[in-house]
Amino acid sequence: MARVELRSITKSFGSVPVLAGIDLDIADGEFLTLVGASGCGKSTLVRIIAGLEPQTSGTVAIDGHPIDHLRPHERRVAMVFQSYALYPHMTVGANIGLPLTMQRLSLWERLPLVKHLSPRRRGVMRGIESEVRAVASQLQIEPLLARKPAQLSGGQRQRVALGRSMVRHPAAFLMDEPLSNLDAKLRVHMRTELAELHARLKTTFIYVTHDQVEAMTMSDRVAMMDAGAILQLGTPTELYARPATVKVAQFIGSPSINLLPAAVRADGTIDVLGHRVPLRTALAEGAAVTLGLRPEAIAPRGEVPLQPGQVALPAAMRRAENLGSEYILHFDVAGHAHPLICRVPADHELGESGNVDLVFDAAACHLFDAGGARVEPVDGARGERRSRVPLYLGTGAAAQ
Amino acid sequence: MSALAMTGGGRMLRRSGGRQAFIEKLNGMAFCLPATILLLVTCLVPLCVLVIISFTRYELGDLDIRFVGLANFSKALGDPVFRRSLFNTLLYMAIVLPGSVILGLLVAVLVHGRKRTRSFYEIVYFLPVTSTLIAMATVWQFLLHPKIGPINAFLQLVGLPQHAFLSDPALALPTLAVVGMWQLIGFNMVLFLAGLSAIPRDLYEAAEVDGCASAVDRFLTITWPLLGPTMMFVIVTTSITAFKIFDTVAVMTRGGPMGSSEVLLYAVYLEGFQYFHTAYAAALTVIFLAFIVVFAVIQTFVLERRVHY
Amino acid sequence: MATPLPLTAAPATSPVLARLRRAVSQVLVHGFLLAGAVFMLLPFVWMLVTSIKPPAEIFSATLSLWPRQFYGVENYRFALTTAPLLRFAANGIFICGCILAVQLLVAIPCAYALAKLRFPGRQLLFVLTLLALAIPVQVPALPLYIGLANLNLLNTYFSMMVPFFLSVFAIFLLRQFFRGFPDDIISAARLDGMSEFEIVWRIVTPSAWPAIAAFAVFSIVAHWNDLYWPLIVISDGKLAPPPLGMMIFADAETGSNYGALTAAATVLTAPLVVTFLFARRHFIAGITMTGVK
Repeated sequence: MARVELRSITKSFGSVPVLAGIDLDIADGEFLTLVGASGCGKSTLVRIIAGLEPQTSGTVAIDGHPIDHLRPHERRVAMVFQSYALYPHMTVGANIGLPLTMQRLSLWERLPLVKHLSPRRRGVMRGIESEVRAVASQLQIEPLLARKPAQLSGGQRQRVALGRSMVRHPAAFLMDEPLSNLDAKLRVHMRTELAELHARLKTTFIYVTHDQVEAMTMSDRVAMMDAGAILQLGTPTELYARPATVKVAQFIGSPSINLLPAAVRADGTIDVLGHRVPLRTALAEGAAVTLGLRPEAIAPRGEVPLQPGQVALPAAMRRAENLGSEYILHFDVAGHAHPLICRVPADHELGESGNVDLVFDAAACHLFDAGGARVEPVDGARGERRSRVPLYLGTGAAAQ
Repeated sequence: MSALAMTGGGRMLRRSGGRQAFIEKLNGMAFCLPATILLLVTCLVPLCVLVIISFTRYELGDLDIRFVGLANFSKALGDPVFRRSLFNTLLYMAIVLPGSVILGLLVAVLVHGRKRTRSFYEIVYFLPVTSTLIAMATVWQFLLHPKIGPINAFLQLVGLPQHAFLSDPALALPTLAVVGMWQLIGFNMVLFLAGLSAIPRDLYEAAEVDGCASAVDRFLTITWPLLGPTMMFVIVTTSITAFKIFDTVAVMTRGGPMGSSEVLLYAVYLEGFQYFHTAYAAALTVIFLAFIVVFAVIQTFVLERRVHY
Repeated sequence: MATPLPLTAAPATSPVLARLRRAVSQVLVHGFLLAGAVFMLLPFVWMLVTSIKPPAEIFSATLSLWPRQFYGVENYRFALTTAPLLRFAANGIFICGCILAVQLLVAIPCAYALAKLRFPGRQLLFVLTLLALAIPVQVPALPLYIGLANLNLLNTYFSMMVPFFLSVFAIFLLRQFFRGFPDDIISAARLDGMSEFEIVWRIVTPSAWPAIAAFAVFSIVAHWNDLYWPLIVISDGKLAPPPLGMMIFADAETGSNYGALTAAATVLTAPLVVTFLFARRHFIAGITMTGVK
């Protein structure tokens, strides 16, 4: 079992606060991604877990045992760095075997000339060699064991870094943006490999990235971070379908969510750009809200009449980007400065460019209050919140 | 009209077409002309003249030149004064080289880890490098003075025997070596600091996660191997600098006492510019050059290896 | 699968012990570094202190640091009047300045040509400069001396500067730098009608300013402190650069007036040291240029 528990982790560099009270429970065997823009504190958090940075306050525990007093190598975690940090003067085999060499040989048995005096050294090295070979064959880098890192490609180096982590059989793998240095195609390939590795090893993976695609495709759960706090913790689906804040909604999903300024009308429904959206909220009349619409939730209306619960916005098509499998359409809407982006399948009838109505379902709208927090629509008929999924609101409590 | 040929992809606009290429050649040669002339006049021609003279019996003011083959060289190899000067130079190197390299490395490793005091130590250790050695040599003479020098006064205070550092044949050369190290440690420290700064920090972090806990482990696993090229470079540079020792000898000991601090370059200076045995001095200079060339060749090969990761 | 490390439940090292260990290592490290610092600073401190002491105190052979009687004015006045110290320093400035100017004037076009232009003999010239890099000034000294003697040019400023006009090091260094200069900019300049000469001085050289500045420091320090060659060609003290001047002065004051000697040493060492303290980064970059090729 290897649960990782973070309690009230704060971190400041001098007077600059970087992490603001992080509480996080990572289950055994889970693939958890910390995602966010640069500077949000995700790398710092992972380094605190590894023991490379001390936290200003708060505790880190593995399986209930606090590990704050332990040095990095005593914590049973392994880390893959963004630059891989392979020792350039050692062969691949020596790189992968280093953690074991450090563990099993004493200082005297490692000193340059003195080490040959040790009788048990050869046996230990043989054992290390066989373990290194086992790991290397798992990662399919066995033929590279005698090479030096400079002679390897990016993907091979990454596997060596993984091997060096795997050979320690850690309780958790920590990965700090391991795919950022790879080209796009290789990145896609390695995403699959990492996901399969996780399925095979069944060990906890704590993964840091700024790429929301990686976060969505690889993780069991995603924690989106911003300015040192966790905005939302949930499965990829939850973050996509029910973003807790505007920032989460904007970060996850490509092309980005469309955001329109809106307000609450006298009758409790939403007014956006002069059009009525049949959604009720608990907010007061006149309250400003932001209406979010995913690109796939809007479509230009063809000949189909408007259904109940649908809203039509007159718009003028500005640009159509043909991706082959789908179109990304840009529309100018009266009263709004930014174009609305809409995504339709390739066989959709485009019609003449010019003025069309954009149609969306009220139910597909995401509502956010003036502070950016998610607002759940109230179903007028049943008078209860539609949502039953607990939301992580970043305050340590789960809102029901 | 000759056309300027456009090559795509960011390659230099090369003036192809006969006339333009000719102009480029002309420009190239014209730009290099002063340097080439100086190279010939101040370096290559003197070098050839030197080698030629070394095979003669020319002395300054002679009107004719008589070739004597390798006589000068065999004389040098048999000359006890020359052999002593060569021995002194190598002995000086044997003290200065390990001393300034190891201490320079030690200081660099220690200073590299300091945060607030780093600038202070960098300045203090580098100060001797900036000072005019001749001026400081005079100061050192005073410091080491057997009667009124503070070093001997300190030794007396502590109860240790006093020494006439520069007048004792056994101590003169080692003392000069200490003065030499005084200036070289700071220089080597800066070179090592540059090498240490080039080691990526996350290698140390990865090593810490892998189990390199103590400073000794870190040094053996990461620092020492990755400093390899820097180390080789510092060794070669220090060797060349030490081999060229002259200034402190000329000012502090004049080669004495009893020739115990007479080094190769000082012997060359005496033979060539005091006694005016020009041809013999030329032969000694050629021998000096041979040593330097060997060091420089080693240095070139080391530099080739520098990018071996 | 090997058994993973057991996780120690109790603290592996007591925090108090760890803090104590760290404090001890700090003390040791700083102790060692400070001892070395004392060794490094000893001559400077003693030089300054002695230069303001009266002869009675200097010869008293006691280990006193601070003078009881302030004699600085006398010592410095003596040093400055007996030997033309300021003249030595002025010579140094003049000589180093001229040498640097000529070095740059010669090296920059040559480095540019070697880096960017194609002409016959280019490879040969480059190989020759590499070879010349290995030859220190003491090697051609003898033949150059003979040549200058025959031309009756000994004992002149020119004779002191001649061997240094060509800095192979500058050519090598600047060539490396120029090679990295984007070809596109040069092409654009040619398209604009600039002559190659203008390109060298108006476009490429300003971009090499950091390398030139660092080299300037290296050159000035090397030639300010040079003794061997001036010793050979100069016999007239009026032309002497600082090291030779110091030597002449020390000869005249053999063994006696240490107050004046250290005052002279201070005056001659001060320019470089003060410059160093103000321009530390450039200084270190320049002097250790031998390392960064």
